[in-house]
Amino acid sequence: MSRTVLRLVVIAGFVFLYAPIVSLVIYSFNESRLVTVWSGFSTKWYGELLRDPQILGAAWISLKVAFLAACLATVLGTLAATALVRHGRFRGQTLLGGLVTAPLVMPEVIIGLSLLLLFVALDNALGWPGGRGLSTIVIAHATFGTAFAVVVIQARMVALDRSVEEAAQDLGARPLRVFFDVTLPGLAPALVAAWLLAFTLSLDDVVIASFVASPGSTTLPMVIFSKVRLGVSPEVNALATLVIATVSILALIAAWLSARRRGAVSV
Amino acid sequence: MKRLVALIPMAWLGLFFLVPFLVLLKISVSEPAIAQPPYMPLLDWADGILTIALNLGNYIFLTEDPLYLLSYLSSVKIAAISTILTLLLGYPMAYVIARAPEHRRGLLLMLVILPFWTSFLLRVYAWIGLLKANGIVNNALLAVGVIDQPLVMLQTDFAVYLGIVYTYLPFMILPLYATLSKLDADLLDASADLGARPGTTFLTVTLPLSLPGVVAGSMLVFIPAVGEYIIPALLGGPGTLMIGSVLWNEFFLNRDWPVAAAVAIVMVLVLALPIGLLRRVQAREGERP
Repeated sequence: MSRTVLRLVVIAGFVFLYAPIVSLVIYSFNESRLVTVWSGFSTKWYGELLRDPQILGAAWISLKVAFLAACLATVLGTLAATALVRHGRFRGQTLLGGLVTAPLVMPEVIIGLSLLLLFVALDNALGWPGGRGLSTIVIAHATFGTAFAVVVIQARMVALDRSVEEAAQDLGARPLRVFFDVTLPGLAPALVAAWLLAFTLSLDDVVIASFVASPGSTTLPMVIFSKVRLGVSPEVNALATLVIATVSILALIAAWLSARRRGAVSV
Repeated sequence: MKRLVALIPMAWLGLFFLVPFLVLLKISVSEPAIAQPPYMPLLDWADGILTIALNLGNYIFLTEDPLYLLSYLSSVKIAAISTILTLLLGYPMAYVIARAPEHRRGLLLMLVILPFWTSFLLRVYAWIGLLKANGIVNNALLAVGVIDQPLVMLQTDFAVYLGIVYTYLPFMILPLYATLSKLDADLLDASADLGARPGTTFLTVTLPLSLPGVVAGSMLVFIPAVGEYIIPALLGGPGTLMIGSVLWNEFFLNRDWPVAAAVAIVMVLVLALPIGLLRRVQAREGERP
Protein backbone atom coordinates (compact mmCIF):
# COMPACT_ATOMS: atom_id res chain seq x y z
CA MET A 1 0.00 0.00 0.00
CA SER A 2 1.35 3.37 -0.91
CA ARG A 3 1.56 6.17 1.61
CA THR A 4 -1.31 8.17 0.07
CA VAL A 5 -3.74 5.25 0.20
CA LEU A 6 -2.74 4.57 3.79
CA ARG A 7 -3.23 8.20 4.72
CA LEU A 8 -6.67 8.22 3.05
CA VAL A 9 -7.72 5.14 5.04
CA VAL A 10 -6.69 6.84 8.28
CA ILE A 11 -8.54 10.05 7.41
CA ALA A 12 -11.61 8.01 6.45
CA GLY A 13 -11.29 6.14 9.76
CA PHE A 14 -11.28 9.34 11.81
CA VAL A 15 -14.18 10.79 9.79
CA PHE A 16 -16.06 7.54 10.47
CA LEU A 17 -15.34 7.88 14.21
CA TYR A 18 -16.38 11.50 14.50
CA ALA A 19 -19.07 12.16 11.85
CA PRO A 20 -21.92 10.60 13.88
CA ILE A 21 -20.93 12.53 17.01
CA VAL A 22 -20.71 15.79 15.06
CA SER A 23 -24.11 15.15 13.43
CA LEU A 24 -25.68 14.64 16.88
CA VAL A 25 -24.34 17.96 18.07
CA ILE A 26 -25.36 19.91 14.95
CA TYR A 27 -28.90 18.57 14.86
CA SER A 28 -29.42 19.24 18.56
CA PHE A 29 -29.72 22.91 17.54
CA ASN A 30 -32.35 22.10 14.91
CA GLU A 31 -35.70 23.79 15.34
CA SER A 32 -37.75 20.97 13.80
CA ARG A 33 -39.03 18.01 15.78
CA LEU A 34 -38.06 15.88 12.76
CA VAL A 35 -34.47 15.81 14.04
CA THR A 36 -32.82 15.15 10.66
CA VAL A 37 -34.63 17.78 8.58
CA TRP A 38 -32.99 21.17 9.17
CA SER A 39 -35.45 24.04 9.67
CA GLY A 40 -33.46 26.67 11.52
CA PHE A 41 -31.26 27.26 14.54
CA SER A 42 -32.83 26.90 17.95
CA THR A 43 -31.87 26.03 21.50
CA LYS A 44 -35.42 25.18 22.51
CA TRP A 45 -34.71 21.45 22.97
CA TYR A 46 -32.19 22.30 25.69
CA GLY A 47 -34.96 24.17 27.46
CA GLU A 48 -37.36 21.22 27.08
CA LEU A 49 -34.66 18.93 28.41
CA LEU A 50 -34.11 20.98 31.55
CA ARG A 51 -37.85 20.99 32.24
CA ASP A 52 -38.24 17.21 31.89
CA PRO A 53 -38.56 15.89 35.46
CA GLN A 54 -38.08 12.24 34.38
CA ILE A 55 -34.72 12.99 32.78
CA LEU A 56 -33.55 15.23 35.63
CA GLY A 57 -34.50 12.63 38.24
CA ALA A 58 -32.74 9.85 36.35
CA ALA A 59 -29.66 12.03 35.83
CA TRP A 60 -29.41 12.64 39.57
CA ILE A 61 -29.62 8.88 40.29
CA SER A 62 -26.99 8.19 37.63
CA LEU A 63 -24.60 10.79 39.04
CA LYS A 64 -24.93 9.36 42.57
CA VAL A 65 -24.37 5.80 41.32
CA ALA A 66 -21.43 6.79 39.13
CA PHE A 67 -19.76 8.75 41.94
CA LEU A 68 -19.96 5.90 44.46
CA ALA A 69 -19.07 3.20 41.92
CA ALA A 70 -16.05 5.17 40.69
CA CYS A 71 -14.73 5.65 44.26
CA LEU A 72 -15.12 1.94 45.06
CA ALA A 73 -13.58 0.91 41.73
CA THR A 74 -10.55 3.16 42.25
CA VAL A 75 -9.85 1.77 45.74
CA LEU A 76 -10.34 -1.84 44.66
CA GLY A 77 -8.37 -1.25 41.47
CA THR A 78 -5.44 0.26 43.40
CA LEU A 79 -5.34 -2.73 45.77
CA ALA A 80 -5.53 -5.24 42.90
CA ALA A 81 -2.87 -3.43 40.85
CA THR A 82 -0.56 -3.24 43.89
CA ALA A 83 -0.93 -6.97 44.47
CA LEU A 84 -0.39 -7.82 40.80
CA VAL A 85 2.56 -5.51 40.14
CA ARG A 86 4.38 -5.32 43.47
CA HIS A 87 3.88 -8.58 45.31
CA GLY A 88 5.84 -10.90 43.07
CA ARG A 89 4.41 -14.39 42.82
CA PHE A 90 1.66 -15.17 45.30
CA ARG A 91 -1.02 -17.79 45.64
CA GLY A 92 -4.10 -16.82 43.69
CA GLN A 93 -2.20 -14.43 41.41
CA THR A 94 -3.47 -16.16 38.28
CA LEU A 95 -6.98 -16.11 39.71
CA LEU A 96 -6.81 -12.39 40.49
CA GLY A 97 -5.33 -11.70 37.03
CA GLY A 98 -8.23 -13.57 35.45
CA LEU A 99 -10.81 -11.88 37.69
CA VAL A 100 -9.68 -8.40 36.66
CA THR A 101 -9.53 -9.12 32.92
CA ALA A 102 -12.65 -11.25 32.41
CA PRO A 103 -15.17 -8.44 33.15
CA LEU A 104 -13.52 -6.36 30.40
CA VAL A 105 -14.76 -8.66 27.66
CA MET A 106 -17.67 -10.59 29.21
CA PRO A 107 -20.92 -9.67 27.38
CA GLU A 108 -22.98 -7.30 29.50
CA VAL A 109 -26.13 -9.40 29.32
CA ILE A 110 -24.28 -12.23 31.11
CA ILE A 111 -22.83 -9.97 33.82
CA GLY A 112 -26.23 -8.35 34.35
CA LEU A 113 -28.23 -11.57 34.52
CA SER A 114 -25.76 -13.43 36.75
CA LEU A 115 -25.47 -10.52 39.19
CA LEU A 116 -29.23 -10.19 39.41
CA LEU A 117 -29.54 -13.92 40.16
CA LEU A 118 -26.86 -13.54 42.86
CA PHE A 119 -28.72 -10.63 44.48
CA VAL A 120 -31.99 -12.60 44.45
CA ALA A 121 -30.29 -15.68 45.93
CA LEU A 122 -28.58 -13.59 48.64
CA ASP A 123 -31.87 -11.89 49.41
CA ASN A 124 -33.55 -15.24 49.91
CA ALA A 125 -30.76 -16.66 52.03
CA LEU A 126 -29.61 -13.66 54.09
CA GLY A 127 -32.18 -10.94 53.53
CA TRP A 128 -29.47 -8.77 51.96
CA PRO A 129 -29.31 -6.52 49.89
CA GLY A 130 -33.04 -6.22 50.61
CA GLY A 131 -34.41 -5.71 47.14
CA ARG A 132 -32.86 -3.96 44.21
CA GLY A 133 -32.02 -0.30 43.88
CA LEU A 134 -29.20 2.16 44.13
CA SER A 135 -26.92 -0.14 46.10
CA THR A 136 -27.18 -3.07 43.68
CA ILE A 137 -26.40 -0.80 40.70
CA VAL A 138 -23.42 0.65 42.57
CA ILE A 139 -22.08 -2.84 43.33
CA ALA A 140 -22.50 -3.93 39.71
CA HIS A 141 -20.82 -0.82 38.31
CA ALA A 142 -17.99 -0.91 40.85
CA THR A 143 -17.28 -4.49 39.78
CA PHE A 144 -16.70 -3.81 36.09
CA GLY A 145 -15.24 -0.39 36.91
CA THR A 146 -12.56 -2.14 38.98
CA ALA A 147 -11.45 -4.14 35.94
CA PHE A 148 -10.92 -0.95 33.92
CA ALA A 149 -9.31 0.88 36.86
CA VAL A 150 -6.75 -1.92 37.24
CA VAL A 151 -5.67 -1.54 33.59
CA VAL A 152 -5.01 2.20 34.03
CA ILE A 153 -3.34 1.97 37.47
CA GLN A 154 -1.26 -1.09 36.55
CA ALA A 155 0.23 0.71 33.52
CA ARG A 156 1.31 3.62 35.71
CA MET A 157 2.62 1.40 38.51
CA VAL A 158 4.84 -0.57 36.13
CA ALA A 159 6.33 2.72 34.87
CA LEU A 160 6.94 4.12 38.39
CA ASP A 161 10.54 4.21 39.60
CA ARG A 162 10.79 1.65 42.36
CA SER A 163 14.06 2.99 43.71
CA VAL A 164 12.28 5.91 45.40
CA GLU A 165 10.14 3.47 47.37
CA GLU A 166 13.19 1.41 48.22
CA ALA A 167 15.01 4.54 49.39
CA ALA A 168 12.12 5.39 51.71
CA GLN A 169 12.18 1.84 53.02
CA ASP A 170 15.93 1.99 53.59
CA LEU A 171 15.45 5.22 55.52
CA GLY A 172 13.18 3.33 57.87
CA ALA A 173 9.68 4.12 56.59
CA ARG A 174 7.15 1.39 57.28
CA PRO A 175 5.33 -0.17 54.28
CA LEU A 176 2.09 1.69 54.92
CA ARG A 177 3.95 4.99 55.18
CA VAL A 178 5.89 4.26 51.98
CA PHE A 179 2.60 3.56 50.23
CA PHE A 180 0.87 6.76 51.36
CA ASP A 181 3.88 9.11 51.13
CA VAL A 182 5.66 7.80 48.04
CA THR A 183 3.60 5.35 45.96
CA LEU A 184 0.23 7.11 46.14
CA PRO A 185 1.46 10.59 45.08
CA GLY A 186 3.29 8.96 42.17
CA LEU A 187 0.10 7.17 41.19
CA ALA A 188 -2.14 10.23 41.55
CA PRO A 189 -2.61 11.00 37.83
CA ALA A 190 -3.50 7.37 37.13
CA LEU A 191 -5.90 7.32 40.07
CA VAL A 192 -7.73 10.36 38.72
CA ALA A 193 -7.80 8.83 35.22
CA ALA A 194 -9.10 5.51 36.60
CA TRP A 195 -11.77 7.27 38.65
CA LEU A 196 -12.92 9.28 35.62
CA LEU A 197 -13.01 6.19 33.42
CA ALA A 198 -15.06 4.21 35.97
CA PHE A 199 -17.33 7.25 36.37
CA THR A 200 -18.05 7.66 32.66
CA LEU A 201 -18.50 3.89 32.15
CA SER A 202 -21.04 3.82 34.97
CA LEU A 203 -22.80 6.87 33.54
CA ASP A 204 -23.13 5.01 30.23
CA ASP A 205 -24.32 1.55 31.21
CA VAL A 206 -27.81 0.45 30.16
CA VAL A 207 -27.72 -3.32 30.02
CA ILE A 208 -26.32 -4.24 33.45
CA ALA A 209 -28.33 -1.51 35.20
CA SER A 210 -31.55 -2.75 33.54
CA PHE A 211 -31.04 -6.14 35.20
CA VAL A 212 -30.10 -4.98 38.69
CA ALA A 213 -32.21 -1.81 38.99
CA SER A 214 -35.68 -1.56 40.48
CA PRO A 215 -38.53 0.48 38.97
CA GLY A 216 -37.75 3.24 41.46
CA SER A 217 -34.10 3.53 40.51
CA THR A 218 -34.14 4.13 36.76
CA THR A 219 -30.81 5.52 35.58
CA LEU A 220 -30.33 8.13 32.87
CA PRO A 221 -29.13 5.67 30.17
CA MET A 222 -32.20 3.51 30.87
CA VAL A 223 -34.46 6.51 30.25
CA ILE A 224 -32.53 7.45 27.09
CA PHE A 225 -32.71 3.86 25.83
CA SER A 226 -36.48 3.65 26.27
CA LYS A 227 -36.84 7.01 24.45
CA VAL A 228 -34.60 6.18 21.49
CA ARG A 229 -36.18 2.75 20.96
CA LEU A 230 -39.17 4.74 19.74
CA GLY A 231 -37.00 6.64 17.24
CA VAL A 232 -34.93 9.83 17.19
CA SER A 233 -35.85 12.55 19.62
CA PRO A 234 -34.54 16.13 19.61
CA GLU A 235 -34.31 16.14 23.41
CA VAL A 236 -31.99 13.14 23.33
CA ASN A 237 -29.81 15.03 20.82
CA ALA A 238 -29.61 17.97 23.21
CA LEU A 239 -28.79 15.64 26.08
CA ALA A 240 -26.17 13.87 23.96
CA THR A 241 -24.49 17.18 23.21
CA LEU A 242 -24.27 17.99 26.92
CA VAL A 243 -22.91 14.50 27.69
CA ILE A 244 -20.37 14.70 24.87
CA ALA A 245 -19.19 18.12 26.02
CA THR A 246 -18.82 16.98 29.64
CA VAL A 247 -17.12 13.71 28.79
CA SER A 248 -14.72 15.38 26.35
CA ILE A 249 -13.62 17.78 29.07
CA LEU A 250 -13.20 14.95 31.62
CA ALA A 251 -11.32 12.80 29.09
CA LEU A 252 -9.01 15.68 28.20
CA ILE A 253 -8.23 16.20 31.89
CA ALA A 254 -7.58 12.47 32.38
CA ALA A 255 -5.38 12.24 29.28
CA TRP A 256 -3.50 15.37 30.25
CA LEU A 257 -2.90 13.99 33.74
CA SER A 258 -1.67 10.61 32.56
CA ALA A 259 0.42 12.11 29.74
CA ARG A 260 1.99 14.84 31.85
CA ARG A 261 4.89 12.92 33.24
CA ARG A 262 5.14 10.17 30.69
CA GLY A 263 4.71 11.74 27.28
CA ALA A 264 2.20 9.04 26.33
CA VAL A 265 -1.54 8.59 26.62
CA SER A 266 -3.12 5.49 28.06
CA VAL A 267 -6.76 4.47 28.21
CA MET B 1 -1.26 -6.64 55.63
CA LYS B 2 0.32 -7.69 52.38
CA ARG B 3 -2.20 -10.49 52.18
CA LEU B 4 -5.11 -8.15 52.76
CA VAL B 5 -4.13 -6.03 49.75
CA ALA B 6 -4.71 -8.95 47.41
CA LEU B 7 -7.53 -10.44 49.45
CA ILE B 8 -9.94 -7.48 49.40
CA PRO B 9 -10.24 -7.10 45.60
CA MET B 10 -10.19 -10.89 45.24
CA ALA B 11 -13.08 -11.26 47.68
CA TRP B 12 -15.04 -8.50 45.96
CA LEU B 13 -14.53 -9.81 42.43
CA GLY B 14 -15.01 -13.37 43.63
CA LEU B 15 -18.34 -12.54 45.27
CA PHE B 16 -19.68 -10.23 42.56
CA PHE B 17 -18.18 -11.76 39.42
CA LEU B 18 -17.28 -15.42 40.01
CA VAL B 19 -20.01 -16.57 42.42
CA PRO B 20 -22.75 -15.13 40.16
CA PHE B 21 -21.66 -17.66 37.51
CA LEU B 22 -22.24 -20.48 39.98
CA VAL B 23 -25.68 -19.08 40.77
CA LEU B 24 -26.30 -18.78 37.02
CA LEU B 25 -25.34 -22.43 36.59
CA LYS B 26 -27.63 -23.43 39.46
CA ILE B 27 -30.64 -21.51 38.14
CA SER B 28 -30.08 -22.94 34.65
CA VAL B 29 -30.83 -26.43 36.00
CA SER B 30 -33.84 -25.48 38.10
CA GLU B 31 -37.45 -25.91 37.24
CA PRO B 32 -39.24 -22.74 36.10
CA ALA B 33 -42.14 -21.79 38.36
CA ILE B 34 -44.78 -19.13 38.59
CA ALA B 35 -43.48 -17.67 41.81
CA GLN B 36 -41.25 -14.98 43.19
CA PRO B 37 -38.43 -15.67 42.23
CA PRO B 38 -39.69 -17.67 39.22
CA TYR B 39 -37.81 -20.92 39.76
CA MET B 40 -37.98 -23.96 42.06
CA PRO B 41 -35.34 -24.64 44.71
CA LEU B 42 -32.68 -27.14 43.66
CA LEU B 43 -32.38 -28.80 47.04
CA ASP B 44 -35.41 -29.97 48.92
CA TRP B 45 -35.35 -31.18 52.50
CA ALA B 46 -38.54 -33.04 53.21
CA ASP B 47 -39.20 -35.86 55.71
CA GLY B 48 -35.50 -36.07 56.45
CA ILE B 49 -34.72 -36.92 52.85
CA LEU B 50 -32.65 -34.59 50.72
CA THR B 51 -33.84 -34.55 47.16
CA ILE B 52 -31.94 -32.77 44.44
CA ALA B 53 -34.09 -31.79 41.51
CA LEU B 54 -31.59 -31.41 38.72
CA ASN B 55 -33.46 -30.33 35.68
CA LEU B 56 -31.73 -30.41 32.32
CA GLY B 57 -35.00 -29.54 30.64
CA ASN B 58 -33.91 -25.95 30.03
CA TYR B 59 -30.94 -27.12 28.00
CA ILE B 60 -32.99 -29.69 26.11
CA PHE B 61 -35.46 -26.92 25.37
CA LEU B 62 -32.65 -24.90 23.74
CA THR B 63 -32.01 -27.75 21.29
CA GLU B 64 -35.68 -28.27 20.47
CA ASP B 65 -36.49 -24.78 19.29
CA PRO B 66 -34.28 -23.93 16.26
CA LEU B 67 -34.46 -20.24 17.23
CA TYR B 68 -31.69 -20.72 19.80
CA LEU B 69 -29.21 -22.58 17.59
CA LEU B 70 -29.84 -20.13 14.73
CA SER B 71 -29.31 -17.19 17.10
CA TYR B 72 -25.98 -18.57 18.37
CA LEU B 73 -24.77 -19.22 14.81
CA SER B 74 -25.97 -15.85 13.59
CA SER B 75 -24.33 -14.03 16.54
CA VAL B 76 -21.00 -15.75 15.91
CA LYS B 77 -21.26 -14.95 12.19
CA ILE B 78 -22.14 -11.28 12.76
CA ALA B 79 -19.40 -10.93 15.39
CA ALA B 80 -16.81 -12.65 13.16
CA ILE B 81 -17.54 -10.56 10.06
CA SER B 82 -17.59 -7.36 12.14
CA THR B 83 -14.27 -8.32 13.73
CA ILE B 84 -12.66 -8.80 10.30
CA LEU B 85 -14.04 -5.47 9.08
CA THR B 86 -12.79 -3.74 12.25
CA LEU B 87 -9.36 -5.29 11.72
CA LEU B 88 -9.24 -4.13 8.08
CA LEU B 89 -9.97 -0.55 9.15
CA GLY B 90 -8.10 -0.61 12.46
CA TYR B 91 -4.80 -2.09 11.27
CA PRO B 92 -3.88 0.70 8.84
CA MET B 93 -4.92 3.28 11.44
CA ALA B 94 -2.79 1.69 14.17
CA TYR B 95 0.10 1.32 11.70
CA VAL B 96 0.06 4.97 10.68
CA ILE B 97 -0.23 6.14 14.31
CA ALA B 98 2.69 3.92 15.36
CA ARG B 99 4.80 5.31 12.47
CA ALA B 100 3.77 8.93 13.07
CA PRO B 101 6.33 11.39 14.48
CA GLU B 102 6.60 11.20 18.28
CA HIS B 103 4.93 14.56 18.96
CA ARG B 104 1.87 13.72 16.88
CA ARG B 105 1.35 10.20 18.22
CA GLY B 106 -0.17 11.35 21.51
CA LEU B 107 -2.77 13.47 19.75
CA LEU B 108 -3.72 10.72 17.27
CA LEU B 109 -4.09 8.15 20.07
CA MET B 110 -6.17 10.64 22.02
CA LEU B 111 -8.46 10.99 18.98
CA VAL B 112 -8.91 7.21 18.92
CA ILE B 113 -9.64 7.00 22.65
CA LEU B 114 -11.96 10.00 22.97
CA PRO B 115 -15.02 8.35 21.32
CA PHE B 116 -14.52 5.39 23.68
CA TRP B 117 -15.08 7.78 26.60
CA THR B 118 -18.18 9.26 24.97
CA SER B 119 -21.43 7.46 25.66
CA PHE B 120 -21.67 4.17 23.79
CA LEU B 121 -25.47 4.36 23.81
CA LEU B 122 -25.52 7.87 22.34
CA ARG B 123 -22.99 6.98 19.66
CA VAL B 124 -25.14 4.05 18.53
CA TYR B 125 -28.17 6.35 18.66
CA ALA B 126 -26.39 8.81 16.34
CA TRP B 127 -26.51 6.19 13.57
CA ILE B 128 -30.32 6.08 13.69
CA GLY B 129 -30.39 9.73 12.60
CA LEU B 130 -27.82 9.04 9.90
CA LEU B 131 -29.31 5.85 8.47
CA LYS B 132 -33.08 6.18 8.67
CA ALA B 133 -35.26 6.66 5.56
CA ASN B 134 -35.41 10.47 5.89
CA GLY B 135 -32.07 10.52 7.68
CA ILE B 136 -28.95 12.53 7.01
CA VAL B 137 -27.25 10.07 4.63
CA ASN B 138 -30.36 9.51 2.51
CA ASN B 139 -31.15 13.23 2.39
CA ALA B 140 -27.62 14.00 1.26
CA LEU B 141 -27.64 11.29 -1.43
CA LEU B 142 -31.07 12.41 -2.68
CA ALA B 143 -29.95 16.03 -2.81
CA VAL B 144 -26.86 15.16 -4.86
CA GLY B 145 -28.98 12.96 -7.11
CA VAL B 146 -27.07 9.69 -6.63
CA ILE B 147 -30.32 7.92 -5.71
CA ASP B 148 -33.94 8.80 -6.33
CA GLN B 149 -35.40 6.51 -3.68
CA PRO B 150 -34.20 6.51 -0.07
CA LEU B 151 -32.03 3.47 0.69
CA VAL B 152 -33.20 1.08 3.38
CA MET B 153 -30.26 0.99 5.78
CA LEU B 154 -31.72 1.16 9.27
CA GLN B 155 -33.09 -2.07 10.77
CA THR B 156 -30.86 -4.25 8.60
CA ASP B 157 -27.89 -6.51 9.34
CA PHE B 158 -25.77 -3.93 7.50
CA ALA B 159 -26.58 -1.36 10.20
CA VAL B 160 -25.61 -3.88 12.90
CA TYR B 161 -22.21 -4.51 11.25
CA LEU B 162 -21.68 -0.78 10.95
CA GLY B 163 -22.63 -0.23 14.58
CA ILE B 164 -20.26 -2.92 15.86
CA VAL B 165 -17.31 -1.76 13.73
CA TYR B 166 -17.97 1.81 14.80
CA THR B 167 -18.24 1.24 18.55
CA TYR B 168 -15.48 -1.35 18.89
CA LEU B 169 -12.85 0.25 16.62
CA PRO B 170 -10.84 1.73 19.54
CA PHE B 171 -10.60 -1.74 21.15
CA MET B 172 -8.95 -2.99 17.96
CA ILE B 173 -6.60 -0.05 17.41
CA LEU B 174 -5.15 0.16 20.94
CA PRO B 175 -3.64 -3.36 21.25
CA LEU B 176 -2.50 -3.18 17.60
CA TYR B 177 -0.82 0.12 18.32
CA ALA B 178 0.82 -1.36 21.44
CA THR B 179 2.54 -4.14 19.45
CA LEU B 180 3.28 -2.05 16.35
CA SER B 181 4.90 0.76 18.35
CA LYS B 182 7.22 -1.73 20.09
CA LEU B 183 8.35 -3.11 16.73
CA ASP B 184 12.12 -2.77 16.27
CA ALA B 185 12.68 -0.35 13.38
CA ASP B 186 16.10 -1.97 12.72
CA LEU B 187 14.33 -5.13 11.56
CA LEU B 188 12.44 -3.15 8.93
CA ASP B 189 15.64 -1.41 7.80
CA ALA B 190 17.43 -4.76 7.61
CA SER B 191 14.65 -6.20 5.49
CA ALA B 192 14.78 -3.19 3.16
CA ASP B 193 18.61 -3.33 2.98
CA LEU B 194 18.40 -6.96 1.95
CA GLY B 195 16.29 -5.88 -1.01
CA ALA B 196 12.76 -6.66 0.16
CA ARG B 197 10.09 -4.41 -1.29
CA PRO B 198 7.86 -2.55 1.21
CA GLY B 199 5.00 -4.99 0.56
CA THR B 200 7.25 -8.00 1.19
CA THR B 201 8.67 -6.44 4.35
CA PHE B 202 5.14 -5.84 5.62
CA LEU B 203 3.99 -9.41 4.93
CA THR B 204 7.12 -11.18 6.20
CA VAL B 205 8.26 -8.94 9.08
CA THR B 206 5.65 -6.43 10.31
CA LEU B 207 2.54 -8.58 10.07
CA PRO B 208 3.92 -11.73 11.79
CA LEU B 209 5.47 -9.65 14.59
CA SER B 210 2.20 -7.79 15.19
CA LEU B 211 0.20 -11.02 15.39
CA PRO B 212 -0.26 -10.84 19.21
CA GLY B 213 -1.86 -7.42 18.74
CA VAL B 214 -4.07 -8.76 15.95
CA VAL B 215 -5.27 -11.64 18.17
CA ALA B 216 -5.79 -9.43 21.25
CA GLY B 217 -7.65 -6.73 19.29
CA SER B 218 -9.80 -9.26 17.44
CA MET B 219 -10.80 -11.02 20.65
CA LEU B 220 -11.58 -7.70 22.40
CA VAL B 221 -14.03 -7.02 19.56
CA PHE B 222 -15.36 -10.52 18.93
CA ILE B 223 -16.18 -11.59 22.51
CA PRO B 224 -18.42 -8.68 23.55
CA ALA B 225 -19.89 -8.47 20.01
CA VAL B 226 -21.26 -12.03 20.28
CA GLY B 227 -23.38 -11.03 23.28
CA GLU B 228 -24.19 -7.52 22.06
CA TYR B 229 -27.69 -6.31 22.89
CA ILE B 230 -27.89 -2.52 22.41
CA ILE B 231 -26.67 -2.45 18.79
CA PRO B 232 -29.12 -5.04 17.37
CA ALA B 233 -31.91 -3.53 19.50
CA LEU B 234 -31.42 -0.04 18.07
CA LEU B 235 -30.03 -0.66 14.58
CA GLY B 236 -31.08 -4.22 13.70
CA GLY B 237 -34.34 -5.33 12.17
CA PRO B 238 -36.83 -8.06 13.01
CA GLY B 239 -34.69 -10.49 10.99
CA THR B 240 -31.51 -9.78 12.96
CA LEU B 241 -30.95 -12.80 15.19
CA MET B 242 -28.55 -12.23 18.07
CA ILE B 243 -28.26 -14.29 21.22
CA GLY B 244 -27.95 -11.20 23.46
CA SER B 245 -31.44 -10.12 22.35
CA VAL B 246 -32.76 -13.65 22.87
CA LEU B 247 -31.45 -13.70 26.45
CA TRP B 248 -32.89 -10.23 27.09
CA ASN B 249 -36.35 -11.20 25.78
CA GLU B 250 -36.30 -14.51 27.66
CA PHE B 251 -35.66 -12.61 30.88
CA PHE B 252 -37.64 -9.37 30.48
CA LEU B 253 -40.54 -10.46 28.26
CA ASN B 254 -41.06 -14.18 28.91
CA ARG B 255 -39.83 -13.93 32.53
CA ASP B 256 -38.32 -17.38 32.12
CA TRP B 257 -35.26 -17.02 34.34
CA PRO B 258 -34.05 -20.64 34.10
CA VAL B 259 -34.05 -20.61 30.28
CA ALA B 260 -32.34 -17.19 30.26
CA ALA B 261 -29.69 -18.65 32.57
CA ALA B 262 -29.23 -21.69 30.30
CA VAL B 263 -28.84 -19.36 27.29
CA ALA B 264 -26.17 -17.44 29.24
CA ILE B 265 -24.29 -20.60 30.29
CA VAL B 266 -24.16 -21.86 26.68
CA MET B 267 -22.93 -18.41 25.60
CA VAL B 268 -20.11 -18.59 28.18
CA LEU B 269 -19.17 -22.02 26.79
CA VAL B 270 -19.14 -20.65 23.22
CA LEU B 271 -16.90 -17.79 24.39
CA ALA B 272 -14.57 -19.95 26.52
CA LEU B 273 -12.20 -20.59 23.62
CA PRO B 274 -11.81 -16.94 22.50
CA ILE B 275 -11.48 -15.82 26.15
CA GLY B 276 -8.74 -18.42 26.72
CA LEU B 277 -6.96 -17.22 23.59
CA LEU B 278 -7.09 -13.61 24.81
CA ARG B 279 -5.76 -14.58 28.25
CA ARG B 280 -2.83 -16.43 26.65
CA VAL B 281 -1.85 -13.51 24.44
CA GLN B 282 -2.14 -11.05 27.33
CA ALA B 283 -0.14 -13.28 29.69
CA ARG B 284 2.64 -13.61 27.13
CA GLU B 285 2.67 -9.86 26.52
CA GLY B 286 2.92 -9.35 30.27
CA GLU B 287 6.02 -11.54 30.49
CA ARG B 288 7.86 -9.51 27.90
CA PRO B 289 10.01 -6.71 29.35
